[in-house]
Amino acid sequence: MNKNLERLYNGLWKENPTFVLMLGMCPTLAVTTSAINGIGMGLSTTVVLVLSNMMISALRNLIPDRVRMPAFIVVVASFVTIVQFLMQGFLPSLYTSLGIYIPLIVVNCIILGRAESYASKNPVIPSMFDGIGMGLGFTVGLTLIGIVREILGNGSIFDVAITPLNDFHITLFGLAPGAFIVLGFLVAIMNVIRRKMEAAGKPLPEVQGCLAGDCAGCTLSSACTGKSLVHKKDELPPVNPKDVAKPEPVQATVRQTANAKNTEDVEKSGSDSSYADDDIVGKEEK
Amino acid sequence: MSNLLKVSSSPHVRAKDDTSRIMLYVIIALMPTTLFGIFNFGLRALLLVAVCIITCVLSEFLFEKAVGKKSTIKDLSAVVTGLLLALNLPHTLPVWQAVLGSVFAIVVVKMLFGGLGQNFMNPALGGRVFLLISFAATMTNFEYDGVASATPLALLKNGEAVNTLDMLIGRCGGTIGETSAICILIGAIILILLGVIDLTIPGVYILSFAIFIILFGGHGFDATFLVAHLCGGGLMLGAFFMATDYVTSPITPMGKIIFGICLGVLTGVFRIFGNSAEGVSYAIIFSNLLVPLIEKVTVPRAFGVVRPKKVKEVKSNE
Repeated sequence: MNKNLERLYNGLWKENPTFVLMLGMCPTLAVTTSAINGIGMGLSTTVVLVLSNMMISALRNLIPDRVRMPAFIVVVASFVTIVQFLMQGFLPSLYTSLGIYIPLIVVNCIILGRAESYASKNPVIPSMFDGIGMGLGFTVGLTLIGIVREILGNGSIFDVAITPLNDFHITLFGLAPGAFIVLGFLVAIMNVIRRKMEAAGKPLPEVQGCLAGDCAGCTLSSACTGKSLVHKKDELPPVNPKDVAKPEPVQATVRQTANAKNTEDVEKSGSDSSYADDDIVGKEEK
Repeated sequence: MSNLLKVSSSPHVRAKDDTSRIMLYVIIALMPTTLFGIFNFGLRALLLVAVCIITCVLSEFLFEKAVGKKSTIKDLSAVVTGLLLALNLPHTLPVWQAVLGSVFAIVVVKMLFGGLGQNFMNPALGGRVFLLISFAATMTNFEYDGVASATPLALLKNGEAVNTLDMLIGRCGGTIGETSAICILIGAIILILLGVIDLTIPGVYILSFAIFIILFGGHGFDATFLVAHLCGGGLMLGAFFMATDYVTSPITPMGKIIFGICLGVLTGVFRIFGNSAEGVSYAIIFSNLLVPLIEKVTVPRAFGVVRPKKVKEVKSNE
């Protein structure tokens, strides 16, 4: 699969931030009282995510490892401020209904998570697609929750009233407990679909391993021991698999053993993306 | 192996009580209240009771069918949930809302957490609070004798006079099952005599609530005010039939006392300092959530085990 398309697929379905990674729960639960709010929150996060991913990716060799968090925050906060002012100027009603949650995009786990685990290690273009994929995945998640809550809680969809539901508003779904309940049910439905897909013999396409030099697209990076080895490959042109197959005796075996470990760890670590590994990687690089 | 030797694991002696029998006792104990509610509020109350019970049993059956579990509707716990929920609704509630509340109680509160024995709060009260939040208007629309009337508790809250005799008998507005203190007490006595519940939780609950009212109610020791608060609202029903739910109350002796005090204080806080006149359901649900913690800190001492004593510092006086 094309690497960039794979990033989109990853964000939208395989590692959907809302339903699979369970990141960014604060805005997810708080602002999804209506479909419009969900889309608004999702899209503004997407914009910030794409821009900050690109910027951080471009600066990834300049930012010292020790101060990367403050550096990321500064980048993200600048973009959030821009988005906030634009929204205040052109979409005042959405701005009021999202309220405090716009400035809070700065500390959204998805954005920091992607910066940390992807953008800071990968070239600009894949980082951009990663941002788009994750952002759209977030948007879809929020919009779905928003639609369900709006229909049940307010009897309308995208602010258009559904006439038969006029007398059937369940206020609970407009409040916080409703958000939890709807989220839980959507996650459950999604897990059922996944399980059915796997049972039907359509396992989710696995990402090519480290041998392809695609550490970025590798969801196992958190479990990967041979990571620093491949990590530097990113700057090199992608390795042709045939070259790897012809053994340069020592290195190839190292890689293969590392790889074999990874495939075992796949089931355990699931689709969790990488956070814990970064310190180790940093040390190894030094 | 010889047939004479029978190998089995403990327990070897069993009482004949099982879940369905206990649930049957509870249903019998609720009958005076239910019948009085139907007599008091008319056939509309009967309709709601029937709807709630049928929906609860049906949704438990369908859910278990859908997820491929063994059907447990024969243990009657769904019937009890439906009945209790109905007793907690005003008789004017639209039927579809009652259906929704029953489905929520069974599916979300009970079955999603693993069915009877796993639910983290009383399903009937979960359903009631769901309805109370969702449909505040219809859930607090009380009629008596065809006239919209405030509940005695609401009158108390506004500082108006109430007739405590009517409240004892149950001739006042309120939910279907909460009005008659006498009927509930008859049911409670049945339960206690049958050994289904013990008096600790309801006793401590009512006692601590009474003390709270005397201390903070603003009336001092005013018998009328106190009796009105004890008989008004869902306190009696909640104390005897819902706070004593086996699944959602502590099993340790000390835990029961703490649980009761929690209930009493919370109910008092909600009623005296809260915005709405009633707070029993919220108090019980809130305390339900505390039960795992309460049980954790009140594990009783096993027989023969000596608690480690605090070592006294011996002053070394020269």
